[in-house]
Amino acid sequence: MLTDKYADRIEKIFAKYPDKRSGIMDLLYLAQEEYGWLSEDALREVAGLCGVDPTQAHSIAGFYTMYSEKPKGKYWLQVCTDLPCALRGADTFFTGLCEYLGLGEDGGTTQDGLFTVERVMCLAACDKAPVMQCNFFYHEHLDLDKAIALIKKLRVDAVQEAAPDPSELDDPAGGTE
Amino acid sequence: MEHILLRDLDIPDIWQFDTYLANGGYEGLKHAVKHSPSEVIQIVLDANLRGRGGAGFSTGRKWSFIPQDAAIKYVVVNADESEPGTFKDRQLLEHNPHQVIEGALIAAYAIQAAAVYIYARGEFWDLSYALEDHIDEARQANLLGENILGSGWSCDVFVHRGAGAYICGEESALLNSLQGLLGQPRVRPPFPAQVGGGLYYQPTVVNNVETLANVPWIMLNGADAYKAIGTPESPGPKIFCVSGHAARPGNYELPLGTTFRELIFEHAGGVRDGKALKAILPCGASGPVLPATDDVLDTPLTYEAVTKLGSTLGSASVILMDENTDMVWAAARMVHFFRHESCGKCTPCREGTFWLERVYERLLRGEGTPRDLEILESVPRQMTGVTLCALGDFAASPVLGTLQHFRDEYERYVGISAPEAEAVAEEAVPVEAGAGGEL
Repeated sequence: MLTDKYADRIEKIFAKYPDKRSGIMDLLYLAQEEYGWLSEDALREVAGLCGVDPTQAHSIAGFYTMYSEKPKGKYWLQVCTDLPCALRGADTFFTGLCEYLGLGEDGGTTQDGLFTVERVMCLAACDKAPVMQCNFFYHEHLDLDKAIALIKKLRVDAVQEAAPDPSELDDPAGGTE
Repeated sequence: MEHILLRDLDIPDIWQFDTYLANGGYEGLKHAVKHSPSEVIQIVLDANLRGRGGAGFSTGRKWSFIPQDAAIKYVVVNADESEPGTFKDRQLLEHNPHQVIEGALIAAYAIQAAAVYIYARGEFWDLSYALEDHIDEARQANLLGENILGSGWSCDVFVHRGAGAYICGEESALLNSLQGLLGQPRVRPPFPAQVGGGLYYQPTVVNNVETLANVPWIMLNGADAYKAIGTPESPGPKIFCVSGHAARPGNYELPLGTTFRELIFEHAGGVRDGKALKAILPCGASGPVLPATDDVLDTPLTYEAVTKLGSTLGSASVILMDENTDMVWAAARMVHFFRHESCGKCTPCREGTFWLERVYERLLRGEGTPRDLEILESVPRQMTGVTLCALGDFAASPVLGTLQHFRDEYERYVGISAPEAEAVAEEAVPVEAGAGGEL
C-alpha cells in the first residue's frame, strides 16, 4: 500500500493544495512509480486517497499521455516526431530505433519487456532534435548511434539491477560486527 | 547587449540562488513590496508588458481585473509549454528559475495572492523537482512564506506537475487540471480573474513563464526604460525560438520589432545546408504559415505587424522550412498534432480534427481527389470561432494557411495515381524526414 510506504510523500503532496482532489496527479505518478503501471487496483487506491470515485481516477489516467493503464517496458522511450523534429530527421531516427529493437514501424514493446518505444507529441526541445525521453528524462541531439549506445548501457544496467546485491551475499552474519 | 531574460547566457550559473542574489536577484521583489499593490500594477500597466504565452494581452490589465476585496486570490504560472516549436520557458525555468519565481511573487504581491502555483508540464520532470528546491531556497531567505520581507503579506509557492496534454496550456483547462479535474476548457464567463472563474473558483491571474520573467526588470528599471526597448505597441525583449531547418536553431532574446530577416539570417545562421527558405511558421503549429517573401522577411516581429500579414506572433516559435519541404506533408503533421491534442469536449474540434486527418492521410497515400480539396476548405471554417477554446481555430490554421499560399502543392496530390504521388512525396520531403505518408 502506498500509504504505508510513502506516508511522508503523500502528506507533502496533499499539503500543497486546499483540496485533496488536486493531489491526484502527483499520486498517480507515485502509484505508477511503485507498481510500474496503473492497474485497476492502483487507480482504486489513488481514488480512495483523494476521496474521488475510481471512475474519475480512470478518466484522469486516460486523459494524459504520461500515465499508463497498461504495463510498459522497463525503459519507456518516447520520441518526438512533431513537425520541428520531423524537419530535422526524427522520422528516420524513430524508424531506425524501432528496427534496431526489432519492433514494427509504430514501435511497441520488446519481447524481453525492457523497452517500449512510442511517438510522442512536442517535448519543447525542438532546437535539440532529434529528441526523446527515457522514463521522463531528456536525451537530446540524438542520432541512431547515440541511441544504440544508450540502449546497450540500459541493457547492462538492467542485468546489474536484476543480479543479487553482492553486499548482502558477502555478509552472511546480517550486518553485525 | 546584456540579456534581460536569458541571463544564463551572460552568467551561466545564475540558476544558483547565491549567484542570482549577487547579480541583483530578488531586488525587484524588495522594490515592489515598498510600493502599494496598486502602484505595482500601475508600473506594469505603464510598461505595456504583453503576455508572452501567445495572446499578447496586457499583463497589467489582467492583474487589474482581480477584485481587491476578494478574500482568496491566486497566481498561476503557465509552464505547460507544449506548442510545437516552443522551448523558451524550459530554458528560463532550467537556467534562470529564480527570475521566474521572483516575477511570480511580484504578481502575487500586486494582487495580494495567498499562493502561487507553477503548472509545469509533466515532461519537465527533473526540472520541476529542481524548481521545488529553488523555491525552498527562497523560502529560507523569507522571500516567500510568512510575512515576506516584513511586509505583512504572506504567500507560498508550489509546483504542480501536468502529465502530457497540450490543452492544459489553455488557461481554463489548466485550472481544471490543477484542481484534479479533467483538463478541459471551462465555459466563460466567469473568467479566471472573476469570482467563480479562477483556481478553486477564486479570482486568479494566469501568466506565462516568460511574461513573469520580465517583471523583476520592470520593477527595478521602471516602465519608461522598458518601453525604450521594442516598439510602442509591442515593447520589451522577446525570446524567439527558432527551429526546423535553421542552421543554428535555438532561443534568441531580441527586442520586439526585430525583423524576420535579422532573426533568421543574422542570429539563427539562415537555412542549413545553404538551401533557400521557403516558408515560415511564426508561432508554431497554431498560426498560419507565411511564404518567405521579401515582404514577410522585412516585417518586424511585433504583435501588430505579424497580425497584418495574416498570421500571428503568438509565442514567437519560428519554424523554418526549406525549399524541399512538402507543405502538404507539413500541414498533415500539424493536423495530426491537433487531432491528438483535441480534448474532445467540443464537437467541431473533436470531429473536425479527426476528419481533417483522414483527408490528409488519403492525400499522402496518393488517393486524393479534387473533392478532398473542397473538404479541406470547408471543414476548417466550421471549426473556427465555435469552440470553448482556441484549439479548433489553431487546428484550422495549418490547413487554411498552406492552402492559401501553397495550393499548387495540394493540386499535385489530387487526381494523380498512387505511384506518381509517392514519387512526388519522396522528391519533395527532405530525405532525412522520410517519405511523406508516414502518419
